Amino acid sequence: MKKQGKEHPGKKKRDAAFFATAGPVSAWMILFVLIPLIYIVAISFMRRSAYGGVKLGFTFENIFQIFDLSNLRVFGQSILMAGITTVACILIAYPFAYFVAKKGEIEKTIFMALVMVPFMISSLIRLFAWINLLRREGVINRFLMFLGVIDEPLQLVYNYVGSIIGMTYTLLPFMILPLYSSIEKLDKSLLEAGSDLGAKPVTAFMRITLPLTMPGIFAGTIMTFIPALGMFFVTDLMGGSKILVIGSLIRNEFITAKNWPLGAALSLFLIVITLLLVKLYQKNGGSMDDLGGA
Amino acid sequence: MKKNKLLQNLYILLVFLFLYTPIVMVIIFSFNTSKMNIVWEGFTVEWYGSFFKNRTLMDALWTSVLIAVVSTAVSTVIGTLGAIGLSRYDFKGKELIDQLLYIPIVIPEVVLGVSLLCIFSIMNMPLGIVTITLSHITFCIPFVVMNVRARLAGFDRFLEEAAMDLGANEVTTFFKVTLPLIMPGVSSGALLSFSLSLDDVIISFFVTGPGSTTLPLKILSMVKTSVTPEVNALSAIIMLVLIVVISIRAGYSVKQIQKKQSLKA
Amino acid sequence: MESIVRIENVCKDYGENRVVRSLSMDIRKGEFLTMLGPSGCGKTTTLRMIAGFEQPTSGKIYIEDTEIHGKKPYQREVNTVFQNYALFPHMTIFDNVAFGLSIRKTPKEEIRKRVLEMLELVQLTGYENRKPDQLSGGQKQRVAIARALINRPKVLLLDEPLGALDLKLRKQMQFELKRLQKRLGITFVYVTHDQEEALTMSDRIAVLSKGILEQLDCPKNIYDHPASRFVADFIGESNLFYGTVQAKRGNEVVVMLETGTVTALSDDVRMGEIVDISVRPENLLMSPEPTPGFYCPGIIKEYVFVGNVQKVIIMLPSGKEVRVNQSAKIPELAVGTNVFLYWEKEDAVVISSPDNPIFHAVDNPVYSE
Repeated sequence: MKKQGKEHPGKKKRDAAFFATAGPVSAWMILFVLIPLIYIVAISFMRRSAYGGVKLGFTFENIFQIFDLSNLRVFGQSILMAGITTVACILIAYPFAYFVAKKGEIEKTIFMALVMVPFMISSLIRLFAWINLLRREGVINRFLMFLGVIDEPLQLVYNYVGSIIGMTYTLLPFMILPLYSSIEKLDKSLLEAGSDLGAKPVTAFMRITLPLTMPGIFAGTIMTFIPALGMFFVTDLMGGSKILVIGSLIRNEFITAKNWPLGAALSLFLIVITLLLVKLYQKNGGSMDDLGGA
Repeated sequence: MKKNKLLQNLYILLVFLFLYTPIVMVIIFSFNTSKMNIVWEGFTVEWYGSFFKNRTLMDALWTSVLIAVVSTAVSTVIGTLGAIGLSRYDFKGKELIDQLLYIPIVIPEVVLGVSLLCIFSIMNMPLGIVTITLSHITFCIPFVVMNVRARLAGFDRFLEEAAMDLGANEVTTFFKVTLPLIMPGVSSGALLSFSLSLDDVIISFFVTGPGSTTLPLKILSMVKTSVTPEVNALSAIIMLVLIVVISIRAGYSVKQIQKKQSLKA
Repeated sequence: MESIVRIENVCKDYGENRVVRSLSMDIRKGEFLTMLGPSGCGKTTTLRMIAGFEQPTSGKIYIEDTEIHGKKPYQREVNTVFQNYALFPHMTIFDNVAFGLSIRKTPKEEIRKRVLEMLELVQLTGYENRKPDQLSGGQKQRVAIARALINRPKVLLLDEPLGALDLKLRKQMQFELKRLQKRLGITFVYVTHDQEEALTMSDRIAVLSKGILEQLDCPKNIYDHPASRFVADFIGESNLFYGTVQAKRGNEVVVMLETGTVTALSDDVRMGEIVDISVRPENLLMSPEPTPGFYCPGIIKEYVFVGNVQKVIIMLPSGKEVRVNQSAKIPELAVGTNVFLYWEKEDAVVISSPDNPIFHAVDNPVYSE
């Protein structure tokens, strides 16, 4: 047998395995997430130069500018729409997840897979299909008029209603998944204990199920509310030209106006909102892994 | 009690109706003779042949598939190894990497898009297929890591020791024992990556360049005017392929459940 | 006898914590050696260092005279049976057992032959195509043993392999393991915290405590002649008396206890030395009158009936309790009766314990199960 050298090959190998596993992911995340975000924060405090560049220097100008009256109106609009979308998602998703969680193992697996299938078609195509459904001469209006519920076609698209339907539709699965996993994990014996102690179904739900699935609701909220602030293509398609979200402003500054520092400052605003919500979520015992759909 | 069950099933059905109506619309209109894609005129399958001849559409499709395949492959490898490394080793800065991994998941895509745009412009990289792929890898890695990590949580490390004890070196142990056991996590991470990459609009929108139009970006440019039935037909086919993959996976896990249940019985 | 594993001054630290303290021992070829001790004594760590899962902080381990420091587990000709079996859940029983051979690129035909042979040896013929989660605990255990033995290791390491089984199955597996080891002649190094298991199965037992090897000897010697207070305490039931050596006549020593003098046999104690005397409950006798050479009074506190023996609990004047096991046929005396304890000289073991604190008895009753 070959004689072992003085150094310990075991230790050396372990280091190689360590660099091979933790190395690439760390390098990638630092290069493509950490550095870009630091850069965004940094240029938020710099001035624009001609031709869309950035001039070194320090200024609060962009920060003041994002709280400009016209921007504030968009913020309000965007946050309100995101809020309504989130509430709509909770109201649709909670009973759904709750009922599915009560099914047998096989039905559960199939139903949850079915929730994922619509993802497989481009979200733009699906939104366009919605426009077709919601148009004045679309299927929904014609159906309602046929039933005699309405006399005049309703304006369901190219306005707030359309934008909110579009966002709710696009984000609903992100609410269903965390809600479902938190409801599914719920210990059924707790409910039995509750009813044993005299809780009526409604009371048991309010006092036991709802508090215990709160982390799921919170996780779903993060996964719907935050993206809703940025989804400019939904409002572009379904909101007509007047409705903007914060994401639309960022897009405009970076692509049309070529004012990167201002766009960065607007992004900083979204970063701050995100961090606040995530911190709040973690403080309430939410696990970040529940957000990844694992 | 029975009435309750019925109402619950009805509710589930309604939600699925909400999720699937637009998809049914896409499929129906892919057979529509009208080029306008608005009013039903008559049945035809010609669009299923004609999108093959539509050069720009096919180019966009290949660009998208190429990007999705490469970014899925790279992010699956980096993410799987990363999940293992992050769960096995403690090192300075591990906390930071853990936090960084959550960022692409929670932060609005538009923010990630513009920050990547910035970094590519500092590095003087021409925008195009390469920058789109790098960006897609960036937002896919965290999803792979999360999925693999969930599998690793229930992983018995004695199994690896047993393999080594029986004569397998580190590499053999990884391929024969570790990888097969975390495979469900790896494959769901890969599948998620593939569909996220294929469907991404916002991030691609910022880092795209001339000659690198992905299918979603192509559709975005069409949507403002009108989506042609060709695109509907193409979407229907993409969906069909992905549904087959998903059903094979779902069928597999249903089988696993049935096996477990029959064992208990 | 020829040694197959030699451990030389091995220490193992986990950070500040030293779990194995300069351990040296020889494991002989073909023996069944058990490392016995309470949890945290370093027995599993020692086993894992032989297997290669841990590296010693200092010291050397030889397998057949080859120093194995830095060698990976897969480079060592030893195999391990793990506590929780560690069967590969994604492979059939056949593939589990075949694993080691297929890694070594053994021809398919030979693998098949040897796997079937091995499964027959552990009485699992016909189970080849099952998956581990379709087996009972005892069956999994046998697969784990077959999977290790098929590689014909120089040493088989077993880490509390029976810990997860119920009592009855455990007794049966103890017997089977011992038989298997005799039949194959492979060296077994067995780790357990169960002293009864160690006493039944082993050729030799290494008793460890806090990372130190207390005694390495055959079960009979370990039981009859514990080398330290810990061993006496840990193996079987034991009554410990301590006092000062007052007189020596040949190998007979007179020891002064708190209450009087007793007699025992020992070659290597010095006059005036503080010693422990260990007497097994079955060897401790009592009578209403003092016996010549002994003066050790006590009061009967309680009788406990255990099948064919009765345990008598006797309280010494210091408040310390000792136990006497005697035949159930001997008529009971009333609780509270004064008795005098004595023993046959050769049944008592004198243990030198220079660091033994003298007046410790009342708050630290020396008695163990």
